[in-house]
Amino acid sequence: MYNERYQLNKELAQMLKGGVIMDVTNVQQAKIAEEAGAVAVMALERIPADIRAAGGVSRMSDPSLIKAIQAAVSIPVMAKVRIGHFVEAQILEALEIDYIDESEVLSPADDIYHIDKRQFNVPFVCGAKDLGEALRRINEGASMIRTKGEPGTGDIIQAVRHMRLIQSEIRRIQSLSKDELYHLSKDLQAPYDLVLYVHEFGKLPVVNFAAGGVATPADAALMMQLGAEGVFVGSGIFKSGNPKQRAQAIVKAVTNYNNPKILAEISENLGEAMVGINESEIELLMAERGK
Amino acid sequence: MRIGILALQGAFIEHQQMLEELRVTQFLIRNLEDFLQPMDGIILPGGESTAMLKMLYDLEIFEPLKSRILSGFPVFGTCAGLILLAKNVSNDSRRGFQTMDITIKRNAYGRQLSSFKTIGNFESIGHVPMTFIRAPLVESNQVDVQVLAQVDGGIVAVRQGNQLGTTFHPELDDDLRIHQYFLEIVSNYINK
Repeated sequence: MYNERYQLNKELAQMLKGGVIMDVTNVQQAKIAEEAGAVAVMALERIPADIRAAGGVSRMSDPSLIKAIQAAVSIPVMAKVRIGHFVEAQILEALEIDYIDESEVLSPADDIYHIDKRQFNVPFVCGAKDLGEALRRINEGASMIRTKGEPGTGDIIQAVRHMRLIQSEIRRIQSLSKDELYHLSKDLQAPYDLVLYVHEFGKLPVVNFAAGGVATPADAALMMQLGAEGVFVGSGIFKSGNPKQRAQAIVKAVTNYNNPKILAEISENLGEAMVGINESEIELLMAERGK
Repeated sequence: MRIGILALQGAFIEHQQMLEELRVTQFLIRNLEDFLQPMDGIILPGGESTAMLKMLYDLEIFEPLKSRILSGFPVFGTCAGLILLAKNVSNDSRRGFQTMDITIKRNAYGRQLSSFKTIGNFESIGHVPMTFIRAPLVESNQVDVQVLAQVDGGIVAVRQGNQLGTTFHPELDDDLRIHQYFLEIVSNYINK
């Protein structure tokens, strides 16, 4: 039964491919996101840029906010729980959330253990900086992976680093001989059967999205050309000058990521992008939460 | 024979793989230029119908595709793709091409927790695996719409002329017969 449920959860992620998942903090933003062509929304009390600015402990959103957003849109609704906080996940499952993001954007609840996601019927997406981390999360039951680009910065450098690293590790595994995989599995701290899958198929066994720092249509297209199958946009939309127009442009950029002519058209007159913070200027590296 | 696959968003690569296994020439449609290439049939994949509809309009594919479907051009919609074909949607004000005389209900079974797999009987094919992901349900159909499959009394596959639709995702399982069924519609259309 678990296997069939897990398969269905991986398949929901397949339906989201080529799409944009947008962070929203209220019903009005959720509707703007849906109208702009988002394939799902992430219901949050504060977007990452504001979480970063506010400091302190950040937690799962109020269920009433999540329910209001579920009632307002027809697309899937996701929400975040703290790393290792399985009770927050139980609560979201009780709300029949469509996807749980066990996220480094919130303050971690556990500095050793992630949630045992196999105990849940609802799907989980988790962040990963490298292949080992991605395979560990998949082994715990994640049915979708995303990069761990630095949230709330508008700086794409970390998402690029994670996506490039994962892709190059995949290419390297493909080139190894089968008997070398046992040792590699030890190095990656990831189970052998998942390493073998990557060796045979040249990809992760689940859908892999880009997340963190996407602020422009060009950022989104860059991540797609680097191998992302879709894009999460957090602060990039509702921290910009014209959220609706920017949201639509990023949606189109993800579909036509390989078409510079269309990218040029949709990048015109978008108003001000979110004010970014450079990687070197930030004190708190959220990507270092959870390994 | 050359099949176009609408690739604005969703599980289009899965359809591509099915057609590759069937050794049929296919290509992805991401914009108007792609759409204007010669083709004999088109597949509308699963994904989010709201996102696809928005882009069909923005990329100016909506009207030319609609008039082509109305003129009898073969089309196969799965899940969101079938929602795009439906004349009426009972629980949403948005409408797609409205070329098939059915009323459909979006997310009819509920949220992701209600997604399921089963095996069902498909007219003239037999038992096929069926995967329903936040699936819609055909609530009613006009007389010239043929019902091809039902699950628990609900309509899950339909055909009207050269339009074929399923509320489930044949592209997610490894049974090629529903795609073959569509390719037969395309063959007949070409030979006419």
